[in-house]
Amino acid sequence: MTDITLPSPPTKAKHTISLTFWGGIVLVGIHIVLALLTLVWLPYDPNAFTGGRLDGASLSHWIGTDRLGRDLFTQLMIGSRIALQVGIGAVAIGALIGVTLGTLSAFASKWLDDALAATLDILIAFPTLLIAMLVVAASDTANLWSAIVALGIALSAIVARLTRILVKRVLVMDYITAARTSGSSWGKIVFIHILPNIWPTLSVNFALQFGLAVIAEASLSYLGLGAPPPNASWGRMLQEAQGTVYSAPLGAIAPGLALVSLAIGVNLLADGLRDQIDPTRRNR
Amino acid sequence: MSLLRVDSLSVQTSDTVLVSNLSFSLAPGERLGLIGESGSGKSLTALAMTGLLPRQLDASGSVLLAGEEVIGGSDRQLNTLRGTAVAMVFQEPLTALDPLMRVGKQIAEPAARRAKRDGTPIMGGALDATVIDLLLEVALPDPQRIAQAYPHELSGGQRQRVAIAMALACKPDLLIADEPTTALDVTTQAEILGLLDGLVRKRDMALLFISHDLPVVANTVERVVVLRRGETVETGLVADVFAQPRHDYTRSLLQAARSFDDALGGKR
Repeated sequence: MTDITLPSPPTKAKHTISLTFWGGIVLVGIHIVLALLTLVWLPYDPNAFTGGRLDGASLSHWIGTDRLGRDLFTQLMIGSRIALQVGIGAVAIGALIGVTLGTLSAFASKWLDDALAATLDILIAFPTLLIAMLVVAASDTANLWSAIVALGIALSAIVARLTRILVKRVLVMDYITAARTSGSSWGKIVFIHILPNIWPTLSVNFALQFGLAVIAEASLSYLGLGAPPPNASWGRMLQEAQGTVYSAPLGAIAPGLALVSLAIGVNLLADGLRDQIDPTRRNR
Repeated sequence: MSLLRVDSLSVQTSDTVLVSNLSFSLAPGERLGLIGESGSGKSLTALAMTGLLPRQLDASGSVLLAGEEVIGGSDRQLNTLRGTAVAMVFQEPLTALDPLMRVGKQIAEPAARRAKRDGTPIMGGALDATVIDLLLEVALPDPQRIAQAYPHELSGGQRQRVAIAMALACKPDLLIADEPTTALDVTTQAEILGLLDGLVRKRDMALLFISHDLPVVANTVERVVVLRRGETVETGLVADVFAQPRHDYTRSLLQAARSFDDALGGKR
C-alpha cells in the first residue's frame, strides 16, 4: 500500500525563548539572587543604626536610610527573601489544596460537586485579604508562617474552582475515553493525561496567585499582621516610610518598585513558561 | 462461544430511549458492521459495550463480552476487559490523542499495560521496540521520528494510524472502530480501510465497524446491523442486505450512497 507522505514532523522543535520570558527571568532572577544573597551576606546588620536619619542615596547607603538610620537596601534584600518565601509558600499550599479539591470535585457525584462549587464561590466572594486576616488573627502570634498558611488557604479556593472547570473540560475529551477503553485506571489518567493538560493554564494562574500573595503579604505587614520585626517586609517598609514620604521619597519608592517588579516578573515568567510547556504553542 | 453477545440492549436518559432492544452477536474473528445515520445510537452502543456510557445514561439488557456481563458490572471488573478483550478507534483522531504527549509514549502506555496484565512486563528499550513495531505495522514511514512527534505535527491520516496502533497495542480480541474514516478525506479513507481490513485479518481480531456509510462498510465486514433511531431495522449478510434490502430505510441509505457516487462520477 502506498502512503501519501505528508510533511514529516520536525526532528527536534527548535526552542525559541520569547522576549516576555526573558523579561520574567531577569526580573524574578534579580529577586532570587538578592534573596539568596541575604542568606550569606548583608551590607549591614538590618537592625543596626549605621547612618544618619533619613539619609538620601549615597555610596555607603545605596538607597538611603530609614528614620532610625538603618540601611534601606539591607531591608529591601530581606524583603525580597520574605516576598519569595511568601509567594512560593502560599502558592504551594494553595496549589496542593486547590488542585486536589478541584479534581475531586470534578469527579464527584452531582450533588457533592454542586455543594463544593457553591462553597468555593462563597469563599471566593470573601476578599483574600479578609480571609488571611481572620486566619492570622485566629493564630496566637502573628508570624511569617501564619501569614503564608493564611494566604495559601485563601488562594486554594480560587485554584480549586479553576481546576474543577479545567478538569471537567478535559474529562469530556476523546483521549480520556480512549484511555478508558484501553483499560487505564482513573488514577493513572489523572496523572498522565489530566494534570499535564491543565498545567499550562494552571501555571499561569499560579503566577497570578504568586503576585497576589506577595501583594497581600505586603498589605498584611502594612497592617501589622505580617512578619514581625526584625523581618523587614516590603509592606512594613512602606508603612514606616509613609510618614516621611515627602522628605525621603526613596523609602517608599524602593519597596514599591520591588513589589511591582516581582509581581510583573512572575507574570511574564508564567506567560513564557506556558509557551514553553505547551508544544502546540511553541514557535509562534 | 461468541466473543460478544448483545441481548435486548437498551440505552435511555430519564425521558428518552436512545437505543432500544438491540441484539446481535459476534464470534471471534468475525467482522460486523453497525450502520445508521448520525444520532441513530451507534456510538452509544459502542460505549455501552465497554461500560463507558456517560453517567446520566442508563443501559439495560445484557452485553456479554468475553463471557463477562458488562451491563451493571463494576468499574474494576470492566477495566480488566478494556484494553484486553476490547479496544477502540475513534472518529476524530486529533481529539482522540492527547495533544501534550508524544505519540510514542501514547502507544507505549497501553502496550506496557497489556504486557503487565499478561504477566510479562516490558519497559525501556523493549517497550520502545514494541512501539516502533506497532508504528511499522500501521505502515507509518520513519517510525523513530513519528514516535517523537506530537499529534499536531502529524497529518489526519497519520494520526488515525497512530490511534489504530494504540488500539493494536492492547492486542484486543475485539476491535471497535467508531466511524474511523469519517474525519478523513476520500483517499486517506481508502488507505485506512485497507489497513484496518488487513490488520483484522492478520491478527484474527473480531471487528465491530460503526459507520453511517454503507459502501465504506461493505468491503470490510461480513454482516451488517442497520440501526434507525435506536432500533434495528435490518440485519443480515452484507451481500444480501445490499442486493435485497428489505426495509425502506436501508433502501434509502443505499439510494443516497448511489446517488452520491453518481454525482461524483458525473463531475469527473
